[in-house]
Amino acid sequence: MNPILPNVSRRGLVRLGAAAATVAAVGGIKAASAQASGPIKIGILHSLSGTMAISETTLKDVMLMMIEKQNKAGGVLGRKLEAVVVDPASNWPLFAEKARQLISVDKCAATFGCWTSVSRKSVLPVFEELNSILFYPVQYEGQECSRNVFYTGAAPNQQAIPAVDYLWNESKVKRWVLAGTDYVYPRTTNQILEAYLKSKGVAAEDIMVNYTPFGHSDWQNIVASIKKFGSAGKKTAVVSTINGDANVPFYKELGNQGIKATDIPVVAFSVGEEELAGIDTKPLVGHLAAWNYFQSIENADNKQFIADWKAFTKNPKRTTNDPMEAHVIGFNMWVKAVEKAGTVDSDAVIDALIGVSVPNLTGGYSAMMPNHHITKPVLIGEIQADGQFNTVSQTPGTVVAQEWSPYVADTKDLIGDWRAPLSCGAYNVKTKTCSTGKKA
Amino acid sequence: MKRWIFFALLAMTWLTPGAGRAQSADEALAALASTSFNTVREGVEALALSGHPRAQAIVAALQNGKLLARADKALFIKNDDGTFAEAATGAPADVPAAALKPVRVNNAVRGAIEAALGVLRLFAPDPTARLQAAEAVFRSRDPAALPALERALVAEKDPKVKLRMDQARAAALLALPSATEPDRLAAVQTLRTRGDIEARSTLGNLTGQSPAVAEAAASAILAIDRTLQLWSVLQSIYYGLSLGSVLLLAAAGLAITFGVMGVINMAHGEMVMIGAYVTFVTQQVIKTNFPALYPANLLFAIPLAFGISGLVGIAIERALIRWLYGRPLETLLATWGLSLMLQQAVRSIFGANNKDVDTPSWMSGATELGGLTLTWNRMYIVLFSVLVLAALMAALRYTSLGLRMRAVTQNRRMAAAMGIRTPWIDALTFGLGSGVAGMAGVALSQIDNVSPNLGQSYIVDSFMVVVFGGVGNLWGTVVGALTLGIVNKFLEPVAGAVLGKIVVLVLLILFIQRRPRGMFPLKGRAVET
Amino acid sequence: MMSHRYTVAALGLVLGGALILAALNQLTPVGSPLHVPAYVVALVGKYLCFAMLALAVDLVWGFGGILPLGHAAFFALGGYAMGMYLMRQIGTRGVYGNPMLPDFMVFLGWKSLPWYWTGFEWFPFAMLMVVLVPAALAAIFGWLAFRSRVGGVYLSIMTQALTYALLLAFFRNDMGFGGNNGLTDFKDIIGFSIQSDGTRSALLVVSALLLCGQLLVARFVVGSRFGKILVAVRDTESRTRFLGYRPESYKLVVWVLSAVMAGIGGALYVPQVGIINPGEFSPANSIEAVIWVAVGGRGTLIGAILGALLVNFGKTWFTSALPEFWLFALGALFIGVTLLLPHGVMGLFRGRAAKPAPAAVAKGATA
Repeated sequence: MNPILPNVSRRGLVRLGAAAATVAAVGGIKAASAQASGPIKIGILHSLSGTMAISETTLKDVMLMMIEKQNKAGGVLGRKLEAVVVDPASNWPLFAEKARQLISVDKCAATFGCWTSVSRKSVLPVFEELNSILFYPVQYEGQECSRNVFYTGAAPNQQAIPAVDYLWNESKVKRWVLAGTDYVYPRTTNQILEAYLKSKGVAAEDIMVNYTPFGHSDWQNIVASIKKFGSAGKKTAVVSTINGDANVPFYKELGNQGIKATDIPVVAFSVGEEELAGIDTKPLVGHLAAWNYFQSIENADNKQFIADWKAFTKNPKRTTNDPMEAHVIGFNMWVKAVEKAGTVDSDAVIDALIGVSVPNLTGGYSAMMPNHHITKPVLIGEIQADGQFNTVSQTPGTVVAQEWSPYVADTKDLIGDWRAPLSCGAYNVKTKTCSTGKKA
Repeated sequence: MKRWIFFALLAMTWLTPGAGRAQSADEALAALASTSFNTVREGVEALALSGHPRAQAIVAALQNGKLLARADKALFIKNDDGTFAEAATGAPADVPAAALKPVRVNNAVRGAIEAALGVLRLFAPDPTARLQAAEAVFRSRDPAALPALERALVAEKDPKVKLRMDQARAAALLALPSATEPDRLAAVQTLRTRGDIEARSTLGNLTGQSPAVAEAAASAILAIDRTLQLWSVLQSIYYGLSLGSVLLLAAAGLAITFGVMGVINMAHGEMVMIGAYVTFVTQQVIKTNFPALYPANLLFAIPLAFGISGLVGIAIERALIRWLYGRPLETLLATWGLSLMLQQAVRSIFGANNKDVDTPSWMSGATELGGLTLTWNRMYIVLFSVLVLAALMAALRYTSLGLRMRAVTQNRRMAAAMGIRTPWIDALTFGLGSGVAGMAGVALSQIDNVSPNLGQSYIVDSFMVVVFGGVGNLWGTVVGALTLGIVNKFLEPVAGAVLGKIVVLVLLILFIQRRPRGMFPLKGRAVET
Repeated sequence: MMSHRYTVAALGLVLGGALILAALNQLTPVGSPLHVPAYVVALVGKYLCFAMLALAVDLVWGFGGILPLGHAAFFALGGYAMGMYLMRQIGTRGVYGNPMLPDFMVFLGWKSLPWYWTGFEWFPFAMLMVVLVPAALAAIFGWLAFRSRVGGVYLSIMTQALTYALLLAFFRNDMGFGGNNGLTDFKDIIGFSIQSDGTRSALLVVSALLLCGQLLVARFVVGSRFGKILVAVRDTESRTRFLGYRPESYKLVVWVLSAVMAGIGGALYVPQVGIINPGEFSPANSIEAVIWVAVGGRGTLIGAILGALLVNFGKTWFTSALPEFWLFALGALFIGVTLLLPHGVMGLFRGRAAKPAPAAVAKGATA
């Protein structure tokens, strides 16, 4: 009995051949159709399906809104902008494939995209190889400075350290739980924070570090152990670098086990208005988050932005958040740099971007620094019952990003400076050498 | 320390009636209108001790965000009907809402509010309120509350409240520098008797005590730790049961569709997801249209989720699966495709974001049972899973539909020969399994994200549970889920969350080598199918 | 039996296609209408690696009757072995310029290379590991499972548990494989820059050669006496056992062979996509591999290759053309193929051959 092995007909062979030929041909046709003039293409590389769609879909929409707005204002350099949206589906190798497609097939002048560190790491070699531009809008672990990436999210010193300072000074916190999802951003941030806390004289037994897998949903033990850790007498706080999806069950468990913000406050770096929109916030009132933007910031620019966003999404309840603001800043910087350079050529725009300064939505200006990171104010907010943040602390001016942390032994002497003549992503100021990232 | 001196001074002014008191009340009220959190906090503390007749109302309004300030620092309370009242007198006030801004609070102010309300409510007529007040004072460990506590203790009749007040007094005494050593020792003893994590926290916080007191405190901490250690074993069992019941709910539907029917339904997780979204929609509809029913919204969501997921299941069976009987592995492929489509459909309709499903107040919080913390939502889920399982078993055993289902799954051709319409029984069985999955979605919406990915995170675990227990056996699924839950929870503190789960998976693989058909294999002819 | 001609045609197409693409990429100038961009070369190279995984799945599923829902684990293990070699080749060109330790270890504060990384700087050793690691895991797992006669759905779910456990394990940063970020930022492979078009074309041709080699091996195995007994085991295991054969030995051999084939696919996949991370272990990836085989046609070997190419091409195309709705298209494709093409795309090639009776199909497919 052999029902599976088929008999082949000649016609079948022809079809097989045709299928293979289509696979081979498609790239060529697409490449040939790309044009040098016409609209300027902007790549949007955010997951629209899979686990990260929860966070990234919004960023795709905000980019479409910004591009539409810019086109209404006449485009850039007299040319219209055209968004090229692809779905890397929360699949990291697919990110690299799609990045390559956006740059070499669609000929995008710049790409706005990525959320997780691993997706950025996956596309980084592609952007460097093909010499294109990526705007990365999410707060991240630092320790990176590529010539082809512009980091519009916060580096650890623009988010984590001011938050710890706030708890240290205002709430007199003396005992710390560093809880995070087990991946590179929490690992690095916690490493930096641990070094920072120890430099302030916190004893090792007063720091508890805990890592959980992605999407962790059963927090009973961990919340109980936090409660126990907090019962030693000293004022305790949790610094949470728990990633998106795991936050909802985490906060629900906190609320149910009766840990209130007045007992053990939790300060989170990955929980914004979007995440809170999916949680019943009443038990969370008073827990904190550190960001560079809150929807509740009151000024004319932000009001306009929120109104535009609600109109664009046709949803009066839509919230705005920090990575959205980062994309807005990044996009405006790119427009300004292209106009300054008079071309969309990558090298010219990369050089022109440094020093560009645009208004941010918190009522000040953000500037692109030579390390390809931007200056940002740091805000600490307490969660309110309506899912918004009540700003309880704000840095007086903007903070310059430290792309290489001074609290990590191997990087404390490194700086990134992409201006000529240095042009180096990791320049060791002690040995006066450029260890990596030098443009050939 | 500074704060304490401030309190001591306030306490003195409070004890001397007259002009100082009125003045301090006015100052406190003015402080409340400040934009500085520190000043507001001091205002709350001062107001609580000022003896102002409306202190409690004002502080409560502040807690609820109903206290508003005008530019000239006049304070108003927003009533439930939207009108305003002067804060200091309670007299109705006609002020434009636009001129008022709510007084903002932060954690420090919130802490002061709780402590202040604790002191103010020590004399409330309702014993529950007094109990909560005593607990709030206990947590604040504030010596300034001592005079009020002493008076409340004298007046108190309810022994439970009295005990709690006594503990609060002990905590406050230990923080009072002028307390005598015998008093302190007695206070330590009181806390030792209380013996819970809060008492431990208070004892652990003691500084600058005499050697005798410090020694007593240390031995009390040791004793408390020892009891807590014992309780923690029970606590782990509870955690395990609760995780097991979640797994059980997620897997129960699969035990029908996969275990009984043999359909490898990769879209099972999406049935759970649909149930969770039904809960979300039900809540929204009830919230806007029938607010009176809102506390009971989950009771409406359960049958709705069962019905809608069940109907979707029947539709899937009729449209898809019935063409694939006898080819179980191909149902895997088709249902996988279906699950992709269902996820994307939900994403297109509701958006990719998480949806906010409220936990009703009767399901929030926790109760203490000795050293156990029993969270209500988990308790209800345990209960719910027991009910669902009981109903499912009863349906299979005692209803005529159940009889037919069992007949068809055991011997399809014979059942058909007896006049049972097997295609419809298949559809209904699949619908039943899907409906149960939908009910699981209601429960999961209470503890997890309601997002298009909800189902995906439970599908692997569900299959493990069914296979571990033994395909085709509901009891196996029950024992399998609870065993996996408890083993997981005992491993977690030792090995960590990730390693614990890996160990469970490896144990599972090894277990299946010993018992290739799960814990409770079906015997007889059914095995060969 | 016409399948020989048919194998020759597939070999010709795969190898010829790869050679033509590589040649057009290398020999024609950029901008010429005939030029094949590096993007296409890398993409097709990736498809061919997936085809190896599909071939491996088809070998055990189509001929051994074992439905593997965790085969991507072997693919990923091969990939990690290659990734470790590539990491060691970075040398001092990493961000921290550490000659011994990969960047992620430096940043986790590790002082020395863990023992299981030794030897991976040496290409032949790494290649040996590409074969040995998946083979060893498959041998242990298979020996335990087949010996105690775990079969059918139980076995499938256990393979899923295996890949899920590996997924969780590799996510842990403490494991020393780079955690969620995995291994990335590779520089070169046996002395050639990984980012040059020449290397890419060469990798494409090597992938095509190895895929053809695997197809020949699989054909040989299936056509041999061993393969016939294997099919007997698939169809009626107990009868074969009563005839005096040891089904577990046959299954184990084909299982290990299949794992090795998947591992080789993974090893070639990594330099072409430039990253390997625990996501490759996810159960969904393994299920997808099974779907490629089903789409192409189970038990045909060539169908597996065809299915892998078709579905992945579809995925590439859909995610750009219909970024918001591509899951509908893909899902509909899976459902359509199962309902309408029970023998996959290869079923279309049956020509005049009469369709077998449904009962026979059921028997063949259940296992």
